[in-house]
Amino acid sequence: MRKGRSPMRTLKPGWAMLTAVAFGLSAPVCAQSPYGIGRPATAAEIAGWNIDISRDGANLPPGSGSVAHGHEVFDQQCVACHGEKGEGGVGDRLVGGQGTIATSKPIKTVGSYWPYAPTLFDYIRRAMPQNAPQSLSNDEVYAVSAYILHLNDLLPADATLDARTLSAIKMPNRGMFTGDPRPDVRNPACVTGC
Amino acid sequence: MAPKSPNGAGHADGAKRKLSRRQILGEGSALLGGALASGVAGQQAVAEMATTNADNLPPNVPEWMKAPGDPMGSQLYGMPSPFEKNVVKNISKKLPQYLSASGRTPLQDLDGIITPNGLFYERHHGGVPTIDPEQHRLMLHGLVDRPLIFTMEDIRRFPSESRIHFIECSGNPVYTKPYGKTASDLVGLLSCAEWTGVSLKLVLQEAGLRPEAKWLVAEGADAAALTRSVPIDKCLDDAMLVYSQNGERLRPQQGYPLRLLLPGFEGNMNVKWLRRLKAVEEPAYSREETSKYTDLMPDGTAREFTFYMEAKSIVTRPSGGQRLSTTGFHEITGIAWSGHGKIKRVDVSVDGGKNWQAAKLQEPVLTRALTRFRLPWHWDGQPAVIQSRAIDETDYVQPTFSELLAVRGENSFYHNNAIQPWRIDAQGQVTNANA
Repeated sequence: MRKGRSPMRTLKPGWAMLTAVAFGLSAPVCAQSPYGIGRPATAAEIAGWNIDISRDGANLPPGSGSVAHGHEVFDQQCVACHGEKGEGGVGDRLVGGQGTIATSKPIKTVGSYWPYAPTLFDYIRRAMPQNAPQSLSNDEVYAVSAYILHLNDLLPADATLDARTLSAIKMPNRGMFTGDPRPDVRNPACVTGC
Repeated sequence: MAPKSPNGAGHADGAKRKLSRRQILGEGSALLGGALASGVAGQQAVAEMATTNADNLPPNVPEWMKAPGDPMGSQLYGMPSPFEKNVVKNISKKLPQYLSASGRTPLQDLDGIITPNGLFYERHHGGVPTIDPEQHRLMLHGLVDRPLIFTMEDIRRFPSESRIHFIECSGNPVYTKPYGKTASDLVGLLSCAEWTGVSLKLVLQEAGLRPEAKWLVAEGADAAALTRSVPIDKCLDDAMLVYSQNGERLRPQQGYPLRLLLPGFEGNMNVKWLRRLKAVEEPAYSREETSKYTDLMPDGTAREFTFYMEAKSIVTRPSGGQRLSTTGFHEITGIAWSGHGKIKRVDVSVDGGKNWQAAKLQEPVLTRALTRFRLPWHWDGQPAVIQSRAIDETDYVQPTFSELLAVRGENSFYHNNAIQPWRIDAQGQVTNANA
């Protein structure tokens, strides 16, 4: 049993007694589970569901895709909502806008606003295309990511993207995110004769 | 149905309604025009004449007393009266699409603090999934001693609790024109319910959370597989996994069969159709918490992880789109809320913000829940601007829109909690004073 943050230690004495009863009556998955509810998740089950890609791309899957292949996938799967060149439509604009973010008419796109390139892979794989999410192969996701990055002048036309090259791309807006400074607006709460 | 009586029984109720049906019918359109010009009372009488069957008014016996009503069982799940058919979700007809879209609660038509389940606001990023609870699983993995999978039956075996909390979308409303006309247009991405479920802390203890876990990444089982990262302190504080809403199972639009509830945090983080929780050292930096739900500032920087909804209030009656039917007594009422705790005070101004007085708060005042406020008011028939400002238990004061814009500019998009003024004209018509 590990030290420090044992779940048992954070329970009040009454709970500990209840827990002991639960322990005796049920078949807990593990001796440390206070209630013995749930069953162990297998590595295979977790692998099937855990599709998160970290911002540094460290857990990107094997596979690769070229800008040229991405162009084909984009034409088939994406243009209906995002436009021929990612200019937007029913779906978000994906291309352009660099240099507009600090102006009065900011245009937020993958190229102008997104801080991390691997997030593009994560999002396309989990949620796109909207009518059939999680239907693209990893190679297709790499390819369409490559094409969108190419349209934003972040990847050459003859490039191929894989885990290593996608992780290496530094997005232009990456350094522009800050924490939450609120409360940042003060109302003096004048009551009379304001 | 009995034929209409040509005379008598046509007098509208109330001393202010001076014109009778007979007078209007008998004296023709000249008087009708006069009634319209003479102010709110006359208009009200005319409107009532057009819609009311005088046979149902005193001294006559109304038709619904002369025959039995609908038998037991005519509605196995009760619906509102057909006369309330216009009290529905407020969904724009001009949205570019309806799969990633939002629908608003008609706040101006509701009383109290609890939002009926059918009118709870909606925001989806990939439509509303239809999930068989028998086939739904919650996976808890990552930095835990024992990765676990729970069925819905498992979740309901945990000790349960019920709490009343609001949920508000962080883009409610945005900072740019066109500004909304009604309370619903402006802040209708806000609702409040009694939630029942299990403390997230208990579920995490079951898996044995490791000390290096600083965040929990929550994922929905919708077509967006929507993902948000939650600081572990919140998860071990008042976060819940909820399966019921106002006494019945969650509605599909609110995450059936399981939803993460983070009281006071922006709505998007209260992940619906919850299927996975992963304990991690750093946030996922998902699309939803980088390219969306970050607050752009005029200098081009953007605030990320802006979780809490700051104190806010709005007058819901009288409010935009409504009309004061007469001079004299009117109750001003509305709702206030804060992601940081309880509402301490609500001030109301009826003179365009020159003077403010404390409204009465309906008990109980609950933390991170809507609080109903009320102020008695006599309208003298002169144009007026009415508004409310909330002060929460941290002594934070809801700002004016100009105060907010001065700091954040027009493109911050999220977390607009500005005071909302309503203009009342001499005819009693209420409109958005910012528009």
